Amino acid sequence: MSAIAYHALVAFIVLNVVVGMVTYVTLLERKFAARMQSRIGPYYVGPRGLLQPIADALKLMLKEDVVPTAADRLVYNLAPIVFLVPCILIFASLPFAPGLGVADLNIGVLFFLAVSSLEIIGLFMGGWGSNNKYALLSAMRAVNQIISYDLPFVFAAFVPVVLAGSLQMSTIVDAQRGLWFVAYPIIGQLAFLAFVVATLAAENRVPFDILEAESELVAGFRVEYSGMKFALIQLGEYAHMIGTSFLGALLFLGGWLGPGSDAPMVGALWFLLKAMLIFLLVTWVRWSFVRIRVDQILAISWKLLLPLTVGLLLVTAAWVAARGGHAG
Amino acid sequence: MTDTLQRTTVEIGYGGSERLTMNMGPQHPSAHGVFRAILTLEGETVVAIDAVIGYLHRCHEKLAESLTYVQYPTIASKTDYVAAMTAELAYVAAVELVGKIDVPKRAQYLRVICAELQRIASHCLWLGTWCMDMGGALGGGATIFLYAIREREAVLDLFESLTGARLLYGFHQVGGTRYDLPAGWGQRCRETLDVIDRRLDEYEAMLEDNAFFLVRTQGVGVVSRELAESVGVAGPLLRGSGVDYDLRRAAPYSSYEDFDVRVPVQQAGDCYARYRVRMAEFRESIRLVRQALDGLPEGPISSRPGVKSVGQVRIPKGEGYSRIEGARGELGCYLVADGGAKPYRLKWRGASFSNLAVLPHIIPGHKVADVVAIMGSVDPVFGEVDR
Repeated sequence: MSAIAYHALVAFIVLNVVVGMVTYVTLLERKFAARMQSRIGPYYVGPRGLLQPIADALKLMLKEDVVPTAADRLVYNLAPIVFLVPCILIFASLPFAPGLGVADLNIGVLFFLAVSSLEIIGLFMGGWGSNNKYALLSAMRAVNQIISYDLPFVFAAFVPVVLAGSLQMSTIVDAQRGLWFVAYPIIGQLAFLAFVVATLAAENRVPFDILEAESELVAGFRVEYSGMKFALIQLGEYAHMIGTSFLGALLFLGGWLGPGSDAPMVGALWFLLKAMLIFLLVTWVRWSFVRIRVDQILAISWKLLLPLTVGLLLVTAAWVAARGGHAG
Repeated sequence: MTDTLQRTTVEIGYGGSERLTMNMGPQHPSAHGVFRAILTLEGETVVAIDAVIGYLHRCHEKLAESLTYVQYPTIASKTDYVAAMTAELAYVAAVELVGKIDVPKRAQYLRVICAELQRIASHCLWLGTWCMDMGGALGGGATIFLYAIREREAVLDLFESLTGARLLYGFHQVGGTRYDLPAGWGQRCRETLDVIDRRLDEYEAMLEDNAFFLVRTQGVGVVSRELAESVGVAGPLLRGSGVDYDLRRAAPYSSYEDFDVRVPVQQAGDCYARYRVRMAEFRESIRLVRQALDGLPEGPISSRPGVKSVGQVRIPKGEGYSRIEGARGELGCYLVADGGAKPYRLKWRGASFSNLAVLPHIIPGHKVADVVAIMGSVDPVFGEVDR
């Protein structure tokens, strides 16, 4: 009984921390983008704009919830939740420091990858249920894209798994005590690069944001959503993005390892810092590239990324076998 | 209305799938105003496009008949509100042509300065919105947009100190210009141009070193030389298709014959070629403004006495067509005068309108995402299309 209560408490805390973090990451991104574009960004609400995310959330809650007459109401109303749940659920398998997290599964990476690709169901439901041509086109694009990019994403993420010889996240981090996986010559850098590109695609960020594509599809699959449902979708997207950044930091940048990381909170801070670095890298790309076309996106995935990552995985496996053991 | 029109459909050998008709505009993020394109899609591929215009019709030509020659130039600027200076210039040039009114040399140079600055400002807006079409309001396109708008604002600041207005100027009037340069304006203008000149290099580096920008623009929306000539497109669109034609050199007006006008031409005819032409035109315009500032003659700015009443200018009976090279191409104005203080009839020939005619020829066969890229590269301003 007490074990269940303990886990429930931890899950509750993680959930709230994630939601809080998501809200504030939007502010971080807006400030970052504003600096890139020689603007100031939000500064009016609260000191230096620090209350802006709260104001946004409040505003979205107060908005009228508009449901299109011709929408498939059940699917339409369910979609944001179906979209949000896997995006939050990925944090269940993430340890933030040794012993700090909901569950350090022995198949943690697999769980993460499997659950994170479930978001496409909610996304497609939203596009379909809205009964809108823009939304439908966007949902079709989304399915195309996510199927194409999940494969290189998984293969890139499996390079560290092979190097560490484990799917358990804490073991993968421990294997990087000597050298972070990103520092492994060629294999590490290429895998990290492929991971970041696939991350961009999986998160639907420019240059791969063809499903939002507001210049042709207005807002894509969420064009008909408003108010809190829109907020849930937005929350899910950012949660997914942060979760993937954490995964990248864990797989390639040594997770919570760093000077003084034996104290638990210091380790978590290191982890957060590295995840935010990846997040800002992705944001940097987002705010400087133009969007590419749907056929070009698929071509990049199938013709370039997939062969590259599969080859990398094979090379890594051969190297590990030749060395006669895993890292760490 | 549109059902009676012939649809331009290409068969691309893609069978068995249902066609989807999708509206793009008039309420759409990349409608560039109020353009409505009815797209017929097979999957992601556009097989037909119906262009519907007229949502911004404001009876400009009728309005010209009821306003005097003194009043209308300020209204003329509202036809192409992105490049208001050149729209005014086209009108007063037509009036001066029909009325055989001389313009002092200094006023002509001032007109050149303003027209070229306006071209820079207009191209800034084009660059920003076009990149936003391709790059998204939440992406790199928005970054370029804000950079370009920053430059446009600098030019608008110059116009503001010259005329007091930032969008619709009322700078030109029949026989000359309304205002002379304020003290120190030339120096400010040169400094602004230096900044813009430097930043153009940054934009080119940001865009042309980016493989994604290249794959989105190269080979997309190709307008062949034959098509460009037969449809009658003008301006950067024409020069992007390999036709070396620019009114500033072919039929100089307002003392352009004094200047060393170089015309950038690209052969490919795709979006990238049009982009290159406009980027080169930025630099050419900067050069022309510098030349005009260097050679600015002293003297009066108008050949006519100061305006005392709106009916002061009377044009003898006659008619004529004047044309100038606007930011979007040939901007013509056909004027019929009946001896009174108002025109009998006025006809605008806007390059935005004639350039739009090329869309049904080049869009079918492209993906949906290319439609906005092509439309942006044509750079229509709907105030000028619908008038």
